[in-house]
Amino acid sequence: MIGQIFTPWRWAELLSSWQDFAFAFLTTLQVAFFALLLALCIGAIAGVLSASRSRILRAIVRVYVEFFQNTPLAIQVFFVYYALPYAGIVLYEVPIGILCVGLYTGAYISEVVRTGINSIPKGQFDAAESQGFSYVQTMALIILPQTVKAILPPLANQCVNLIKNTSILAMIAGGDLMYFSNAWATNGHFSYGPSYLICGLLYFILCFPLTHWARSYEEKLKASVQGGKA
Amino acid sequence: MIKLAHVYKNFGKTEVLKDINLEVREGEKLVIIGTSGSGKSTTVRCMNFLEEPTSGQVYVNGTLLTHKNKTEVVRSSSAMVFQSFNLYPHMDVLHNLTLAPMRLHRIPKKEAIDTAFHFLETVGLTDKAYAYPSTLSGGQQQRVAIARALCSKAKIILFDEPTSALDPEMVQEVLDVIVRLSEENITMVVVTHEMGFAREIADRIVFMDNGRIIEEGTAQHFFESPEEDRTRAFLSKII
Repeated sequence: MIGQIFTPWRWAELLSSWQDFAFAFLTTLQVAFFALLLALCIGAIAGVLSASRSRILRAIVRVYVEFFQNTPLAIQVFFVYYALPYAGIVLYEVPIGILCVGLYTGAYISEVVRTGINSIPKGQFDAAESQGFSYVQTMALIILPQTVKAILPPLANQCVNLIKNTSILAMIAGGDLMYFSNAWATNGHFSYGPSYLICGLLYFILCFPLTHWARSYEEKLKASVQGGKA
Repeated sequence: MIKLAHVYKNFGKTEVLKDINLEVREGEKLVIIGTSGSGKSTTVRCMNFLEEPTSGQVYVNGTLLTHKNKTEVVRSSSAMVFQSFNLYPHMDVLHNLTLAPMRLHRIPKKEAIDTAFHFLETVGLTDKAYAYPSTLSGGQQQRVAIARALCSKAKIILFDEPTSALDPEMVQEVLDVIVRLSEENITMVVVTHEMGFAREIADRIVFMDNGRIIEEGTAQHFFESPEEDRTRAFLSKII
């Protein structure tokens, strides 16, 4: 039976469905892209707020971050998909994926941004304040531009996690790559082997360049003199 | 020009400043001396509200500093030079010098750049205008920081231990610049451990210990006939 897993006819079957795979891949890309946009927006705002002086704003962000970091993404997706309709809120699978994965990753990005801001020496805030810059100006002109460089590698890693996490859509028949790979095999001649292999390869093609870039950029940052033109 | 009245400052349960009363006159060069932990840095940081006093008042040009007006008042009246330079590492020297004038004082770009070059000349670093701070030595960075303070055209410059983070061979180049500045009509408050330098520029010296002002007077009075035992003990240790 072992020999059956990757027999040539299974590959032929898969090849004849390549267009469907491509479509599912595009769905995954679409969810990932918009979820990333959402996550970056929320993460940047929440991150800046959690480094602010207002205790109330910090508390609100804390609740958001802790909630999404300490519950499984699956529950969040199930809640929106199965429970919210009883409140009259019905969303399609792709928007659910964008919303849930975006909010979930946003919590992690918020932490990345906060740590980045906190890593900037306090003297930078002193200098800006002593020159008469307001808090918002200090952030926009002096602190955040320095933060961005330092947090690019962890951001790329969050992006990778986000891409992989879009596979959560498979649990609610979301039409994404993971869901399709599984459904295609189940509904055909059970060619799970080639199907999952190709599925994994497609995720890998998306993610590997990002992780690779993040690692080399981090090396470069370390090598360049701190604060130089990295 | 600056007046501290009954200023107290606590960090948590530690009392760092206890009833500081101090007035700095226009054009005066005031030097604050004291052991580490005596509260001298905190005192000068209260003068631009980088530290807000736990109680007491700070006046700048007659205006009472508050949490609300501090940014406005500080912007128009004082500049600060720090122990660790605190240049903005993501900008070149010229950009460091023109950022505040252009963004805060709405000075046209060309004028801001001219001013920047003028003060780079004052500190002898015109050739470093397009260098990034990380490529400069500590002494050069501090001279850029002084030029940045001058570009604000503030009437008051606060120096918080400007040479304490420098390698010994770079101390003098920075002190020389400050000495030269002291001949102009800028009000200067300087926290320093450099006694020879203090003696040279000070119109008045304040000695602090344990959060209080112990003694104040002219440089001559301070170094030659101090009245307080603690001042004498301090001087005997360092000279």
